[in-house]
Amino acid sequence: MKITLNNTSEEFGQDVMTVNELLKVKTFTFKMLVVRINGILVKKDEYSTAVIKDKDDVMVLHLVSGG
Amino acid sequence: MTFGEIKVKLKTRTVGIAGCGGLGSNCAVALARVGIGTLILTDFDVVSESNLNRQYYFLSQVGEPKAPALKRVIHQINPSVSVIAYEIKLDPEHILRYFKDCDVIVEAFDEAGQKEMLIETVLSAFPEKPLVVGVGMAGWGMNDCIHYRHAGNLHICGDEVTEISENVPPLAPRVGMVANMQANVVLEILLKS
Repeated sequence: MKITLNNTSEEFGQDVMTVNELLKVKTFTFKMLVVRINGILVKKDEYSTAVIKDKDDVMVLHLVSGG
Repeated sequence: MTFGEIKVKLKTRTVGIAGCGGLGSNCAVALARVGIGTLILTDFDVVSESNLNRQYYFLSQVGEPKAPALKRVIHQINPSVSVIAYEIKLDPEHILRYFKDCDVIVEAFDEAGQKEMLIETVLSAFPEKPLVVGVGMAGWGMNDCIHYRHAGNLHICGDEVTEISENVPPLAPRVGMVANMQANVVLEILLKS
C-alpha cells in the first residue's frame, strides 16, 4: 500500500497495518505522540486497533518539551 | 490590506493562549502589538528570574503570577486589547470551558505531556477550530531546521526534534522565533476569514 506520511509518500508491503505496526516499522518510539489518519485523531488506546490502508493520509507528530 | 484594515479585522477576534512562558508571552505580545481584539491567557506559574532569558517579563515582575503579569505588560503596549487572565493549570475541562469561543487556540506549554493533552482535547472537542502548536525550539542556531507545516486545522511550528535539557536550554532567540511564527500563523488564519 501507498500512504502519505507527514506529507511524504511512503510504500509498505502490507495491504493494511495498525498504528502500532506503523510506529514500529518507522521506529517512532517516542512517548508523546499525536497521530491522525485522514484528519481524524487516533487516541492512544486505539493504536493497536486503528487501521491504516492504501491512500490514507497519516500524520505523526512527536512532541518534545520546551516552550 | 492596510494596517488600519488589519486592525479592524482583528478587533473582533479572540485568541486563546495556553501557557504564558517563552512561547505564550512572546506570541501574546506580538498579537497585542498588531491589535488583536481579545486574548485569553492561562498559566499556573509565577515569574522567576530564570524565565527572563526568554520570556516577556521584567525583573520587577519576579514573583508575580504570569497570566496577570503578562496582562499588565500587554496593556503597557496596547491598552485597547481586552485580556482575560486565568491563574490555572489547564486541564481538559478548563480547555472546553475557557477556549470554546476562541477563533484560534495557541498551544504554548513547556512540557510534552501537557502539549499532548491539549492537542488531543482540542482535536476531539473542537475538530473545526484552528490550533497552532510549538514543538522543538530549545538551543541556539539551526535556523534552517525551524519550519511550519499544517494538516488541516492543526498548525505546527518548530524544529519538531530539539528537546530541552541541561545542555540544550530554551533561549530567547529560538523560542522567540517559534513564538512569533505561531503569532504569524494566527494572523494568516484570522486575516483570511
